[in-house]
Amino acid sequence: MAAPLTLLLIVAVTIRAVLFRSSLAELIPERVEVVSPLNAWKRVVEGLALLDLGVSPYAGDVFHETPLIIYFFHFVSDYAEIVFMVMTRLVGCVFLLQFRKQKYALEAERYPLDCLELIRTPKEMYYIPLKVAMFYLLNPFTILSCVAKSTCGLNNAVIALFILCTVKGSSLMSAIFLALATYQSIYPLTLFAPALLYLLQRLYIPVNWQRSSFWLFTTQYTFMYLGSLCVMVCLSFFLLSSWDFLSSVYGFILSVPDLTPNIGLFWYFFAEMFEHFRLFFICVFQINVFFYTIPLSIKLKEHPIFLIFMQIAIISIFKSYPTVGDIALYMAFLPAWNHLYRFLRNIFLVSVVLLACSTLFPVLWHLWIYAGSANSNFYYAITLLFNVAQILLVSDYFYAYLRREHHLTHGLYLKRKDGSEATLVLK
Amino acid sequence: MGLLSDPNRRRALTKLLTRLNAPICVMCYLAGVAWFMGLAFEPFTLRTYMSENAMGSTMVEERFPAGERALATGREFAAHKKKVGGMPVDWLVKTMQSRGLEVFTQSFTRKLPFPDENKERYMVRGTNVYGILRAPRAPRTEALVLSAPCSEGNNNNQAVGLLLGLAQYFRSQIHWAKDIIFLVNEHDLIGMQAWLEGYHHTNTTGGDWSPLQGRGGSIQAALSLELSSDVITSLDLVLEGLNGQLPNLDLANLFYAFCQKIGVLCTIQGKLQRNDWDTTSGYSHAAQTMMLMVLKQASGRPWGDHGLFLRYHIEAASIRGINSFRQYKTDTTTIGRLLEGMYRKLNNLLERLHQSYFFYLMPSLSRFVSIGYYMPAFGLLAVILLLQVLNLLVYVGIIDSFLLSPSVLHQPSSPGVLSILTPVVISHMTGVALYTLPILSQEMAVQHFPVSETEAVVLTAIAIYTAGLALPHNTHRLLQGEGTEEGWRVLKLVALLYLAVLLGCTALINFSLGFILALSLVPIAAFITPHTPKALSAAIMVLLSPGCTLLYCVFVFQELQETPVSLQDGWMLFLSVISQGILDHALYGSLVYPLLALLIYPCWLLLWNILFWK
Repeated sequence: MAAPLTLLLIVAVTIRAVLFRSSLAELIPERVEVVSPLNAWKRVVEGLALLDLGVSPYAGDVFHETPLIIYFFHFVSDYAEIVFMVMTRLVGCVFLLQFRKQKYALEAERYPLDCLELIRTPKEMYYIPLKVAMFYLLNPFTILSCVAKSTCGLNNAVIALFILCTVKGSSLMSAIFLALATYQSIYPLTLFAPALLYLLQRLYIPVNWQRSSFWLFTTQYTFMYLGSLCVMVCLSFFLLSSWDFLSSVYGFILSVPDLTPNIGLFWYFFAEMFEHFRLFFICVFQINVFFYTIPLSIKLKEHPIFLIFMQIAIISIFKSYPTVGDIALYMAFLPAWNHLYRFLRNIFLVSVVLLACSTLFPVLWHLWIYAGSANSNFYYAITLLFNVAQILLVSDYFYAYLRREHHLTHGLYLKRKDGSEATLVLK
Repeated sequence: MGLLSDPNRRRALTKLLTRLNAPICVMCYLAGVAWFMGLAFEPFTLRTYMSENAMGSTMVEERFPAGERALATGREFAAHKKKVGGMPVDWLVKTMQSRGLEVFTQSFTRKLPFPDENKERYMVRGTNVYGILRAPRAPRTEALVLSAPCSEGNNNNQAVGLLLGLAQYFRSQIHWAKDIIFLVNEHDLIGMQAWLEGYHHTNTTGGDWSPLQGRGGSIQAALSLELSSDVITSLDLVLEGLNGQLPNLDLANLFYAFCQKIGVLCTIQGKLQRNDWDTTSGYSHAAQTMMLMVLKQASGRPWGDHGLFLRYHIEAASIRGINSFRQYKTDTTTIGRLLEGMYRKLNNLLERLHQSYFFYLMPSLSRFVSIGYYMPAFGLLAVILLLQVLNLLVYVGIIDSFLLSPSVLHQPSSPGVLSILTPVVISHMTGVALYTLPILSQEMAVQHFPVSETEAVVLTAIAIYTAGLALPHNTHRLLQGEGTEEGWRVLKLVALLYLAVLLGCTALINFSLGFILALSLVPIAAFITPHTPKALSAAIMVLLSPGCTLLYCVFVFQELQETPVSLQDGWMLFLSVISQGILDHALYGSLVYPLLALLIYPCWLLLWNILFWK
């Protein structure tokens, strides 16, 4: 396992290094698909400059990272000013590789949990972590995001660490990383439910409202989570000695004032909307992200890891400033579900649509912005199609997962009452 | 969603599509071609109309009186040009200054990657002269451009004369709300490129030019004037710009409206409009006009000096005076009035031209076909690729009976990534060679063979193109022994999807190019298998390859322009078209050459590979 992994690392780092040296390195950070106002490196640099001048980095409405991030980069830049770019790359990718490497431990953990008529042989299981790492590191989306020095890579790193700690069963670390992820971008809040469910499962505590042990653990985990979140927020306050960051980070995420086109669904909708409906629809759109937690947690309460995947996918589709880096995170999970492959119905269609959309983004952007011959409707049409394809992908996996569960309990060969072969239809 | 989730219905549909695959594909192809040809039929087209309010409702009165004086200035210009043996910079500066303009010059040098034999230039050195008429009535934030090229020999002297005459006349008028820039550019597009890059502070193609000393506001529209005789019979409007970009249709409407008003004969693609659309000859006339536009657009090169403006979001067109043997003549005063009228209307613009269409084809100057009408023609061709993909999927077994129950899942013998990846990589390497080597190796070729640099470049390109056919196309046998049935199917699947995405993107940017490529590549992509008769299929594939398509286009273009050429001349023309394509890419950043070399050609090689799959 070590040899292919090293090879993979070398390949991944080489690709990024080559791209950093090429002329694309200046082009990619300008692409709206790759960077958002939240995580553009240009803005981090601006924030750092303001910080160095002794001005609040949030003055001027350019910088929207959390205080801890800016101090992190400040620290890094102090240490290695020349290697700043290299460092970001390291942070962006090698860092990621580090825990991707650990992620295979995560996957290996998973497998006793996979039950019964093991469709997956241990040999297949053995390669899954490598495939996950490969899917993440060699995914063009991740590469683009890394070359653009988008801080999205850091957020992905935090979420991945959270998953690792959760799977390892360390509830304190899991709570801390979850709090960190929430602190970074609010939305990972929805991962609280699956993490709790998983930890409960690991401790053999049934989800039962009457049991005191359930309540005890839930309170304990909530307390750890809220406590660390509180510590981080207070730390930010003491670092900057102002509460500015609350409105310019979380306010910025939630109220979506920046309508620069991106691959998400917000910008066009809110650019078109009358001002007095804005608040209402912002509430609707934002609740949309969080709402799925409840039905999904009920349906998938036995399968928290899959629930985590679903949640991450939903966040990256419906969040206010999505980039391709977010998509890469949930796509890295796909090899872990390769046993669902035979139950997938639209995977080919969906992957073709995703590919076509990815190539059409720059084309339509060119027509709109540079040639001036197309307009924003063209670009938004592709955004819509891209998101529909993602939703189809996720729901396809969801359906396949449920169907596999069904087959695991009822047997692979379903018979109708009259003995003929039955088919399962989703209606 | 029923179709996506109900396996029974899906299976029925898939079955139907697979069984009827070949007839449906043929039908689609014929329908696509028929649709395209139908676009020139007048009842299917729309009449042009002015969408821009600021230019539509207001009337202007044209009073330009000084046609004769303009011609005299033109003659003076010609004399000075002859004396200096190039651009008479000092005379132009003096004359423009005496007409009350702020005058500036810009010098530029440019070394071409290889000598341009059509225009006989290699090291280009020149000067642009431009004068700015400052707007008396507005804060000078916007500008209009009128340009005339200073050409070799006796061409375009009248255009420069008229330009100076208009400058003098415009100076005396008070209603200008936009700066008007009068530009005389040397070395046609190279000078124009230098000036535009200087104006916008960009440098996309590595030219060397001095910075501009004076600027107007942001340029809203530009016209380029070409006039080589004292009287003309008609004015020709040229729209096609770099990479097939077209100006907003309102600019063409404006030109047409004024031609109608003033009573000047106007043409597009050098073809007059005819009223007998219901006769065969009337239809074929319209079809020829449209085909000429399609071919010009597909070539991706600027067909007039206006072509580079479009890149900067500036609506621009060239107006070319044509003097033929027709009796009815128009004098320079009338052309001056026409231009005055157009500039007065453009002066009224409140925002950039954006109301009307940007994607259109014109079967005549008063008729147009918008994107919604012509895209289905391309769509019908693209559907064939998707149908073939579906068909292959059924064969390869990605969609198959396991939709119904997972029990009958047959594991397709996966052909392995390497056997697919190798041909893809080899094809693309050939493409890269085709793109880079011709220019890199010209010196070596000149040393070893008795050819000129230009010939060396073109012949190297053709040699690499042909050599691509002989590449080792069966690398998968080295890797895995015999190539399997699954192997070529998966390769074809990849090639089809690649081609579909590629053609789709091309058609969005440049419909004509996408359509012509689809016309030749889709049939071979659809029906190529290793089991068809080798010699015949190979011949068909070569005949429909991108290079041969280009050759046919050259002949068709000459035929449509009513200057048919012999085979020998056609071949020479073909060679010069290739060299021009490479030059256009190097000088102005035209994308057709890299597109063909780096993407289309490798894709065609993949299909070639499938034919010889063993």
